[in-house]
Amino acid sequence: MLRNLAQRVSSSASSHSISRRVSRNSPSGAARQLCSGVLPDTLDRSSESFIRNSQAMEGLISQLHSQIHQVMNGGGAEAVKRNKSRNKLLPRERIDRLIDRGSSFLELSQLAGHELYDHALPSGGIITGIGPVHGKLCMFVANDPTVKGGTYYPITIKKHLRAQEIAAQCKLPCMYLVDSGGAFLPKQAEVFPDKENFGRIFYNQAVMSAEGIPQIALVLGSCTAGGAYIPAMADESVMVKGNGTIFLAGPPLVKAATGEEVSAEDLGGASVHCRTSGVSDYFAQDELHALAIGRNIVKNLHMAGSTDGWHHKLSNFKEPLYAAEELRSIAPTDLRQSFDIRSVISRIVDGSEFDEFKKLYGTTLVTGFARICGQPVGIIGNNGVLFNESALKGTHFIELCTQRNIPLIFLQNITGFMVGSKSEANGIAKAGAKMVMAVSCAKVPKITVIIGGSFGAGNYAMCGRAYSPNFMFFWPNARISVMGGAQAAGVLAQIERGNKKKAGVQWSKEEEENFKAVVVEAYEREGSAYYSTARLWDDGIIDPADTRKILGLCLAASLNRKPESTKYGVFRM
Amino acid sequence: MSSLISYVLRRRTIQFRKFSSNASDIGSRRNQGIEKILIANRGEIACRIIRTAKRLGIRTVAVYSDADENSLHVKSADEAFRIGPPPARLSYLNASLIIEAAEKTGAQAIHPGYGFLSESADFAQHCEDKGFAFIGPPASAIRDMGDKSASKRIMGAAGVPLVPGYHGVEQDIDFMKLQADEIGYPVLIKPTHGGGGKGMRIVQSPKEFIDSFIGAQREAAASFGINTILLEKYITKPRHIEVQVFGDKYGNVIHLNERDCSVQRRHQKIIEEAPAPNINSDFRSHLGQAAVSAAKAVSYHNAGTVEFIVDTLSGQFYFMEMNTRLQVEHPVTEMIVGQDLVEWQIRIANGEPLPISQSQVPLSGHAFEARIYAENVQKGFLPATGILHHYHPVPVSSEVRVETGVEQGDTVSMHYDPMIAKLVVWGEDRTGALIKMKDCLSKFQVAGLPTNIDFLLKLANHEAFGNGEVETHFIELHKDDLFVDPNDSLSTQQTYNAAIHGAATAAACACEKKNVAMRESAPGTLSLWYANPPYRVNHCANTTMELEWDDEFSKSGSQQLFINITCLSKGKYQIETRDGNFPGIEMTVTQLGDHNFRVEHGGVSMNVSVSTYLQDQMEHIHIWHGSNHHHFKRRVGLELADIDESQHRQASDGSSSHPPGTAVAPMAGLVVKVLVKDGAKVEEGQPILVLEAMKMEHVVKASSGGYISGLRVTAGQQISDGTSLFTVKDG
Repeated sequence: MLRNLAQRVSSSASSHSISRRVSRNSPSGAARQLCSGVLPDTLDRSSESFIRNSQAMEGLISQLHSQIHQVMNGGGAEAVKRNKSRNKLLPRERIDRLIDRGSSFLELSQLAGHELYDHALPSGGIITGIGPVHGKLCMFVANDPTVKGGTYYPITIKKHLRAQEIAAQCKLPCMYLVDSGGAFLPKQAEVFPDKENFGRIFYNQAVMSAEGIPQIALVLGSCTAGGAYIPAMADESVMVKGNGTIFLAGPPLVKAATGEEVSAEDLGGASVHCRTSGVSDYFAQDELHALAIGRNIVKNLHMAGSTDGWHHKLSNFKEPLYAAEELRSIAPTDLRQSFDIRSVISRIVDGSEFDEFKKLYGTTLVTGFARICGQPVGIIGNNGVLFNESALKGTHFIELCTQRNIPLIFLQNITGFMVGSKSEANGIAKAGAKMVMAVSCAKVPKITVIIGGSFGAGNYAMCGRAYSPNFMFFWPNARISVMGGAQAAGVLAQIERGNKKKAGVQWSKEEEENFKAVVVEAYEREGSAYYSTARLWDDGIIDPADTRKILGLCLAASLNRKPESTKYGVFRM
Repeated sequence: MSSLISYVLRRRTIQFRKFSSNASDIGSRRNQGIEKILIANRGEIACRIIRTAKRLGIRTVAVYSDADENSLHVKSADEAFRIGPPPARLSYLNASLIIEAAEKTGAQAIHPGYGFLSESADFAQHCEDKGFAFIGPPASAIRDMGDKSASKRIMGAAGVPLVPGYHGVEQDIDFMKLQADEIGYPVLIKPTHGGGGKGMRIVQSPKEFIDSFIGAQREAAASFGINTILLEKYITKPRHIEVQVFGDKYGNVIHLNERDCSVQRRHQKIIEEAPAPNINSDFRSHLGQAAVSAAKAVSYHNAGTVEFIVDTLSGQFYFMEMNTRLQVEHPVTEMIVGQDLVEWQIRIANGEPLPISQSQVPLSGHAFEARIYAENVQKGFLPATGILHHYHPVPVSSEVRVETGVEQGDTVSMHYDPMIAKLVVWGEDRTGALIKMKDCLSKFQVAGLPTNIDFLLKLANHEAFGNGEVETHFIELHKDDLFVDPNDSLSTQQTYNAAIHGAATAAACACEKKNVAMRESAPGTLSLWYANPPYRVNHCANTTMELEWDDEFSKSGSQQLFINITCLSKGKYQIETRDGNFPGIEMTVTQLGDHNFRVEHGGVSMNVSVSTYLQDQMEHIHIWHGSNHHHFKRRVGLELADIDESQHRQASDGSSSHPPGTAVAPMAGLVVKVLVKDGAKVEEGQPILVLEAMKMEHVVKASSGGYISGLRVTAGQQISDGTSLFTVKDG
């Protein structure tokens, strides 16, 4: 409480100093003065916190890069070599050859499955992401046959479904690069029966196809059992001679079931399926040929009228005035440390121009209009705990953006809503509910970046995973949990102490501290960005310096469809 | 430097002064002078003649076959006249059609160029009979010199030294053999008509004589229509030195110094120079006097060349033949005497006297000509055909000339001579000229078909050539240096390293070009997705290029190179090979133009040119970097335009790689003769059939002993490069 108050004071103080500096600088910055929204450079590069944050972030980023480097190697040298010997490319190489040469690829959830099972499952055994083919953005879903034969673990399915969810939301054609042994049988209970399990893949294919979102499958390897339905359910499918096979049951199972002895190629090879069964449409001589056919299929897609398009010249946008790399020094690794969200905004938006809405009201939530790579956006960022006013301001701002079809960017660094009797009496729950209502119903593209803490109901109001942002990313320093580890330990210790007391058991100070330490330790582990990204609570951990680039790409992908109008539920007044 | 300037000034003066002293004398004739010339030729020489004519204000008429409809000589001329289908005998050799073209277009004179009808006495006569000035010698001189035996008789009578030999009319094979035995081996067999080395055979021993004699007769008959053969002593260490002569219609004949054309392959010149290196002025004037005597003996006028064979061992020179036309290599003479020989030709045909006397003939500096051909150096210099996908000759100046008849996009067809261009350079002295030639050759960019440029560069760089130690067997003598010996591990390794570096540079340039191009052409709404470098989340975009390296000088064929490129930042690339044999390097690439790049590596930056084109489902990449040129091929997957299934089946079902024992056509051409029947039993090395392309014969032999199968081609059939001819099967 005290800290929050102090923060309010300091932030208002700093905003005063800003205005003074701007007016003092105005003679030299005459041109800038015309754009009233240009954010000033308030970063003190010689401060202790700047240096400390830089060093800490450097460590986090090199850790991130080394984790990424590991998963880039797929299932290891041996498996990669075996894959090559079959004239097959690795999944990322396949995607590189499918997307337009020299174009970018927005890979999602690279560290899915990180330390999730008792053995490594690099990238969850499946590569997903967005890239352009003949100028059309597509969602790629590529099995990695070098990781457990490309079989589907629970996290593999989750990642596959998430890619389909994004594709459905953004209306992106889907390209499935199939090379998988099907469901991972030892974990069948976790991959087969439930709603968000294996079957959902085909359900999604059917529903998206019905909505006119093209579903294309390239069968580059085996495609067994349930996996056989991916090409079968696709609008168009391609098979590679020799390597591609589709069957509901492989030769061993066929022999067991019927006694028939048949080779994989004769049972479900490209020739069978392209000439006889009609399960596949295009016969490819080899993998490169299949990829070329895949590109051709996209070239021939015609989705007229399905996209809104951008109505302005994108090439004319300005870069931010301040270096993106400095974001690495702004984000604190110690979340108790406060910083002005505007220093982040000024390194993300075009020309560092940010026109703030309701600047003087509810100052712990910063709202305003800006452009990212030419695209107008509404930005909502945290500058402290959420108060009644902050939540009302956020709700108002979300309403403005949905009314005008302006995408929303949430920059999350939130400890939660203000607690305490005064807050409750003021109806903080009511105010928070309004913002959650607005966030839930907003039909404009929403992108969330967790740049610091993401705690409690603050996560909800600031468009956490449950609120279906089109994309959601973590900075490496970010943390997520229902509340802080220390607070949780305090709450749990109180309850425990009560229970002990009822049972008449003495609880020593030392025991209590140990109890708390265990809770804090668990929160520490489970609140890390890695823990989150391993479980697909987000779409990936990103380098803070890449935030603008990624937001730009995500916005372009999100605007691949017609705008939808927003209808809100009942706001509690 | 100052002497260079004075030289250039002097050259200018000469050009302006040219003929001016005679202007008043010939003024009266000029009214009936030549105002329009028809050029009965094609390619670079037609363009060359048109250029001078234009400067003189003379209108030009080009003639063309269907194959040349859009070619440079047609575009350059004021008027153009179609004379027939592509084969030369139906177009450029069709004298009556050409005369008809001259009549229809109102030309007063006909310039025959070189080759085709240039040395046809009948054509020259025909022109004169029809009232056209033939820009060349009198028909009688062509006839006298065209018959090699007759010409030698005349020369002998005029006191011009001759090589011991037999030049008689008796052609009986046994009699000829006796003559050959008398002259002593090695003996040279040569058709009495024609030139350019066609039909020539060297016989080392008596037992080879009969076969060679029959072959020479057949080739002579095919090329010139007359199969008379002469025999000569073959000089083991000869130089080919020729003298440019010029005569007017008033009996004046002068020579314009000599040219050395010793460096030859397949008996055809590839590098010529003037003056000849390592001769003294006495020798020069003896040679010149002999040439003038030769010309006078046949009442010569206009441009001609008297060829001598110089025995380097004895220092003797002998008359070989006289070419009664302007030679391909005339520019080297022009460069050292500062004159325009085509202008001289026109004026002399116009009846004007020679502009200068023998004592006024200058000799300044040194000039080289390198002939750039479409040919397969490693396949024994066989002529090649194809499209000039990329053609960037060096910039011209007063000291660098590029004589060419083609442009980028043109086709070098099988119908005519495969010469692409002549590079002519002038320098203050031989060393200076040679430096310039080497520089120009390394910057002369041709892609789309195999050329001899890299080979010419190797020749020019050879120490013996640098010392002027030229002789007609130069290439044979130094073949170990000129062709990489695959067994020489050191030079193989060096060549390989250079290729890897070339591949790395080419890959970086290709990446940069693609990145820049995509960024510029990206659809507006998606331009963000085409960033340079392409964006990847938490790592750098990385790609492996699989390049097939065609080592032109190695017999081991092509090699696969795996180049790994990482885009570090805009224009900056990290390059490694997959096998790790090559230390990873960083290169910074700046694109300067469509094909041109500046590449920085290890603190050194240099200009690099890269050209790519698609052919036979492969992307061909040519790179010129420093003084190196490399050619790589890459399998195309993504840009595959035609994904027709049958095509793929065919390609993968093995027609591209023929079964062992299959003979394929080494070049496009005409089947002249099929020597055995399908199914016949043959021995290893036995000739099976004879192909002719670009008027050269090529014997296809059995690669091993066995039975011929699949032999379906017949004499007179036109076949394309790589056609399967037959297979030799065991038992």
